[in-house]
Amino acid sequence: MPDLERRFTIRANDFVNAGEVSLEIQSILKHIGFNPALIRRISVCAYESEMNVVMHGGDGEALLKVSPNSVTLVFTDQGKGIKDIELAFKPGYSTANLKHREMGFGAGMGLPNIKESADSIEIHSEEGHGTTLNIGFELEGDFG
Amino acid sequence: MTSVKLSEIRDLLNATVQVGDDKLNTSVSACCAGDLMSDILRGATQGTVLVTGLNNIQVIRTAVIVGVAAVILVREKLPDETLVAHARKHGLPLLSTPCTMFSACGRLYEKGLRGVEKQVYRSGLRKGITGNP
Repeated sequence: MPDLERRFTIRANDFVNAGEVSLEIQSILKHIGFNPALIRRISVCAYESEMNVVMHGGDGEALLKVSPNSVTLVFTDQGKGIKDIELAFKPGYSTANLKHREMGFGAGMGLPNIKESADSIEIHSEEGHGTTLNIGFELEGDFG
Repeated sequence: MTSVKLSEIRDLLNATVQVGDDKLNTSVSACCAGDLMSDILRGATQGTVLVTGLNNIQVIRTAVIVGVAAVILVREKLPDETLVAHARKHGLPLLSTPCTMFSACGRLYEKGLRGVEKQVYRSGLRKGITGNP
């Protein structure tokens, strides 16, 4: 399988298109031929991360990397950053506003869902300077 | 595992089919209900019908991300053109029922559908979280 690298732009507060990057990532993964369980895990992580960038991150980007042994998602944004990372991973903790909640978000399950689906998570965040979230998935015969 | 056709669900819930008239033979085996998309993302999977009161575009995107078989809007909520267009684009059946969330779920449960608690597809992180101290 050839290595693949794709970059996508995510716009702050663009609720008309929020989620479309993740659907495109999902479509690429389906095209490659990964099994549905793996595609689901990666798609859920992509969607939760994309929504986080749209809602909290300011403008940002998503990077999809597929290599023979792994799939990696990297979400980078220039937003307000996360004050307390440990708290942000706590199920039910949310800083979503009314607009986010009207859209069906703000359950406080975004990062917990990512944690549940990923094989590895690396997160760097500084208040006022944005966040980088690197999510890894190992490939172990995940085709078909 | 009980499986129920979308056409049976339509009749059971007195629902109208907004998108997917050609897919009413599809069978579902589980149900996931809620208005919080992250809760849906955690539970729902292929072969699940999603019952929700949330009537906006993110419902369609969430449903496609986890691969649910159909979406049912409760309380007679009708999708707008954008929602219908997106559901069509992704081949996702979309129904609208006059039932409340509770009644819709009750009828589906009575019919034999169960929740997604047992469908947890995977558990936990293998390597832990790294990054900021």
